[in-house]
Amino acid sequence: MDTPRKKKKAVSRRAFLQTMGGGAVGAGVVSRVLGKEMPALQAGPGPMDVVSSKTISLTVNGRKVKVAAEAGETLLQVLREKLQLTGAKRVCNRGECGGCTVLVGGKPVYACHTLALQIDGAEILTVEGLAEGDKLHPVQQAFIDKDGYQCGFCTPGFIMASVGLLKKNPQPTFDEIRAGVSGNLCRCGNYQKIYAAVGAAAETMRRG
Amino acid sequence: MKAFQFGSPKSLEQVTAYLAGADGDVRLMGGGTDLLGEIKEGTIQPDVVVDLKAVPGLAFIRRDADGLAIGACTAVADLAADPDVARDYRGLHEAAAVVASPQLRNMGTVGGNLCQRPRCWYFRDAATVCNKKGGSQCFAEQGRNKYHAVFGGGLCWSVYPSDLAPALIALESKVVVASPQGERTIPLAEFYAPPIVNVRKENILSRQDVVKEIRVPAPKKGDRGAYVKFMERGAWDFAVVSAAVKLTLAGNSISDVRIVCGGVAPVPWRLKAAEDALRGRTVSESAAAQAAARAAGDARPLAENGYKVDIFKAVVARAVLAAAKG
Ligand SMILES: Cc1cc2nc3c(=O)[nH]c(=O)nc-3n(C[C@H](O)[C@H](O)[C@H](O)COP(=O)(O)OP(=O)(O)OC[C@H]3O[C@@H](n4cnc5c(N)ncnc54)[C@H](O)[C@@H]3O)c2cc1C
Repeated sequence: MDTPRKKKKAVSRRAFLQTMGGGAVGAGVVSRVLGKEMPALQAGPGPMDVVSSKTISLTVNGRKVKVAAEAGETLLQVLREKLQLTGAKRVCNRGECGGCTVLVGGKPVYACHTLALQIDGAEILTVEGLAEGDKLHPVQQAFIDKDGYQCGFCTPGFIMASVGLLKKNPQPTFDEIRAGVSGNLCRCGNYQKIYAAVGAAAETMRRG
Repeated sequence: MKAFQFGSPKSLEQVTAYLAGADGDVRLMGGGTDLLGEIKEGTIQPDVVVDLKAVPGLAFIRRDADGLAIGACTAVADLAADPDVARDYRGLHEAAAVVASPQLRNMGTVGGNLCQRPRCWYFRDAATVCNKKGGSQCFAEQGRNKYHAVFGGGLCWSVYPSDLAPALIALESKVVVASPQGERTIPLAEFYAPPIVNVRKENILSRQDVVKEIRVPAPKKGDRGAYVKFMERGAWDFAVVSAAVKLTLAGNSISDVRIVCGGVAPVPWRLKAAEDALRGRTVSESAAAQAAARAAGDARPLAENGYKVDIFKAVVARAVLAAAKG
């Protein structure tokens, strides 16, 4: 069990030694290794930070959090397993079905296909962050009013894709709605009602 | 999935300096939409993944007298949404707009799109060691090959899946590559390497090279373009066949034309025979269809993909007419 960790350390030491060649580069390494806010002694790019894991800062649904993540951990794993936000679903785990859709920086992405370390510092919105107290977001309400779900498993992803779409395009045409949620799959085949729900939400949001 | 380390560069120089000294399996990551798929499937097991999006200043779309410069880490969605690109480079705009899904366009980068690996199901299966992975055969040639190449096959019958590559090659784009030795600029058409040059890799990049930006020449008067993509699914899919066309009209007659296809060969496939057939001719349905038929003459379909030749003819003719319509 110990082997992978040892191997990882070996890689970073190797990288460390390799970059020691140039004086400026070396100075950068030393200041980082010592962990002090020491400016590099000479100008130069310094070495790239290479880590096996890292504590990242995220703003999730308006709340600032710090969370430790391994290099190979996805945003979806962090949300579901470390922040107990299970609205985003793990379905295909290969960026094809949209069940894990969340907004990063206001734009819909697949959380299953995003590494946590890639989005250090980002603002995340999940389905749990949409409602204000007991008042549902217009998109959530429209999915209820229009029967925009059947089994409900794909619903959080569809809702987040729709919220992202309406942010970018508040008055989408029917075809733009179809294209806007085309990165999400519904195995119940409830698409017509999903499109109707998105259209209704756009209407509600337009009226304010 | 084997554990790997994560590199967060603060500059491109840090990346190239690291690549110069690295001896493990180091992979560059843009959005990671393709790379993570490979890692999850186990077809690659990198020691280090370098997050190119962490490099400041690699995501931009700039216009100047020379044309357009697109940073490697520009999101495909931003390229698709750029109003100048939509106006001056319609084919490129249309190609960017049909890459994958909205989510993947937000995540995926232009550099990653151009460097993505083929989707051949034998290549993507970790347990199958084909020519591309150091083995001694192409399993598609005698195997299941419904989506495989109809041109340029042989050692490998995979198809190149990028939508942006055909559009950018049709526009005679160049790619700026950074390496520990400095920068060089190469035509995108020469960036891709057919299997007989290197069956292991679809482009000429070494493991120390990083795509930095793409340069697209300024459009000339009378230039028009289009990108037509045929997919099995309407929502999103890789191209069964796609065609990018750039043509220059003098009145109603075609003074210059470039046609590059995706989904039909292991690299983006230029149709010189069809271009020759069109140059100097008046735009018409029959001229477009004859040019497409001439290009299809070189096709060598496998047992299950003969249908692609018919689709190819239709897509090429449609793209020529769409471009001419402006
Ligand atoms: C479900 C699905 C559907 C898709 N559909 C399409 C489609 O219709 N059309 C299409 O064109 N693509 C499609 N893709 C492929 C891919 O998502 C896109 O091409 C995307 O633009 C890739 O960009 P990326 O930044 O995520 O690449 P990454 O995954 O980050 O990188 C891809 C490859 O390029 C290398 N690389 C990345 N950036 C650089 C650089 N600057 N210099 C050198 N090498 C680099 C990486 O090492 C890796 O090998 C699809 C992918 C999925 C998962």
